[in-house]
Amino acid sequence: MTVERRGFHVRFLKLWLPLGVSLIFALFPFYWMAITSLKTNQELYSRKVMPLVVHNPTLKHYIDLITETNFLEWTWNTFIVAVMSTAISLIFGAMLAYPLARIRFAGAALVSFAIAATYLVPQPLLFVPLADLINKLGLGDTLTSVILTYPTLLVPFCAWLLLGYFRTVPSDLEDAARIDGASRLQTLIKIVLPLCGPGFISAGIFAFTLAQNEFLYALIFLTKTEVRTVPVGAVAELVRGDVFYWGQLMAAALLGSIPVAIIYSFFVEHYVAGLTAGSVKG
Amino acid sequence: MTAESLASVAAHRRPAFSLGRWLERGGVFAWLMVLPPVLFLVALVGYPFFYGIWLSLLNRPVAATGTFVGLDNYINAWNDPVFWQVVLNTFVYTAVATVLKMVGGLGLALVMNQDFRFKNLTRALLLLPFIVPTVLSTIAWQWILDPAFSVVNWTLVATGLVEKPGPSWLGNPHLAMASLIVVNVWRGLPFYAITLLAGLQTISPELYEAATIDGAGTWGKFRYVTLPLMKPVIFIVTMFSVIFTFADFQLIYVLTKGGPANATHVFATYAFDIAMGGGQFGQGAAIALTMVPPLALLILAMAIYLRPSKS
Repeated sequence: MTVERRGFHVRFLKLWLPLGVSLIFALFPFYWMAITSLKTNQELYSRKVMPLVVHNPTLKHYIDLITETNFLEWTWNTFIVAVMSTAISLIFGAMLAYPLARIRFAGAALVSFAIAATYLVPQPLLFVPLADLINKLGLGDTLTSVILTYPTLLVPFCAWLLLGYFRTVPSDLEDAARIDGASRLQTLIKIVLPLCGPGFISAGIFAFTLAQNEFLYALIFLTKTEVRTVPVGAVAELVRGDVFYWGQLMAAALLGSIPVAIIYSFFVEHYVAGLTAGSVKG
Repeated sequence: MTAESLASVAAHRRPAFSLGRWLERGGVFAWLMVLPPVLFLVALVGYPFFYGIWLSLLNRPVAATGTFVGLDNYINAWNDPVFWQVVLNTFVYTAVATVLKMVGGLGLALVMNQDFRFKNLTRALLLLPFIVPTVLSTIAWQWILDPAFSVVNWTLVATGLVEKPGPSWLGNPHLAMASLIVVNVWRGLPFYAITLLAGLQTISPELYEAATIDGAGTWGKFRYVTLPLMKPVIFIVTMFSVIFTFADFQLIYVLTKGGPANATHVFATYAFDIAMGGGQFGQGAAIALTMVPPLALLILAMAIYLRPSKS
């Protein structure tokens, strides 16, 4: 009995307590987003009401967000940009990774070095010259500007991750296909790619969430409301002058997070695989 | 197979020149594959990088042609007290946030490395701060830390820990920096925890058994088994995290915009202010480029560290 109780105390201290604290810390901001978005303005800006629960829930902020702002348009833009830049990144990533994984060719080391170097370039290093170039190309305020620039952040990661998956395909399979007369391209498309589905899903999910998350380029390149993405639209248009529309901001934050969270929840294992691939295998 | 048919196969396999066969040569195929993405990266990363260096040598207002001024922009930055504050802020922000994320992440990974129910669900929930778009979660933090309606202050006042109205989390220079670090840790800690957890799971239980037989306690096992084996993973995760914390923009832009009185300006936000707010592209490019030497040192350290493990 006492042994059991001691075991429980130890487990509480070593497991449930730190886990509980971490979960509350991690999830509280989401709880706060949700309940803030459901409160009336009176309740939001009252110092007398206990703020941790909703007393008079209302959907007014959601209705205002959808009818009075271009939120739906921002959501659509974000989605299109994320899908397009993810697709480009997967294709380019695979084109880089496959030869590096399979073929010994002159310059391979240089290409790998270029990929690694690109991976480590953070956006703030390039935004000034890129802003100037995007303007010169006449791409300012077009979704093309971000669809073109996001893959620069995503391609290196996709290439790196896919490289690992391509290497897991037994080269005997490819040799057999080639002996049967398949060209290198046919071998890649018909034999290798179908076997690397999980790699593409991992890289794709990761790239998709990163594309949804990007802010700096979108903030600089997209200044008109009809081309904005959700993060830029929320920061730029739900704060008017010094006035923060907190209810709408929280509704936008929650609605903007949900698509990512849903896709992520379906592919958690793939996402974690992608996240850990680099650090553990490296 | 007769000798005759072998000969015919050999003859068939050796045409004078065929485009198809040329394309099948390893080097040709490889370069045809890598060339489009390489050109893409050269055009949108390589070229802008060098163009940025050129811009940093110009006096270049947004809507005008630039005039070459040599190193003036760098000299201006050197003589600008705000720039040195930015350098200090960036180092404090990066160092403190990294240490907290590393220690907290390792701790959480060790906690998560036990057997318990709903482990996968817990892992998925703990990773949420990392996957949700940063700007959106930072807006929630801004409201949590609001000067008038902060829920943190409400709780502190309600429990009698502080007098009304409570501290101004984003208005006081030191508290603002501390708040930014907390939010950065909130976002980045799950990344450490989950990757380090994956590392922990690769450690063979036999090693712990052997250590137990050798008389090692909990601390001994951590010190002589876990830590040495985890060192490479910890190192890589930390390096990546340091690079992206050092160059952080969105969190600071949303929460404080570098204020109050430049107390939380870092390289990225200051370069943004000068280039986009002040319209000085040349000066902004120069400030952004001053990030390169410290970043290059970090990357070099990483390259040196990773080299032996490749062989």
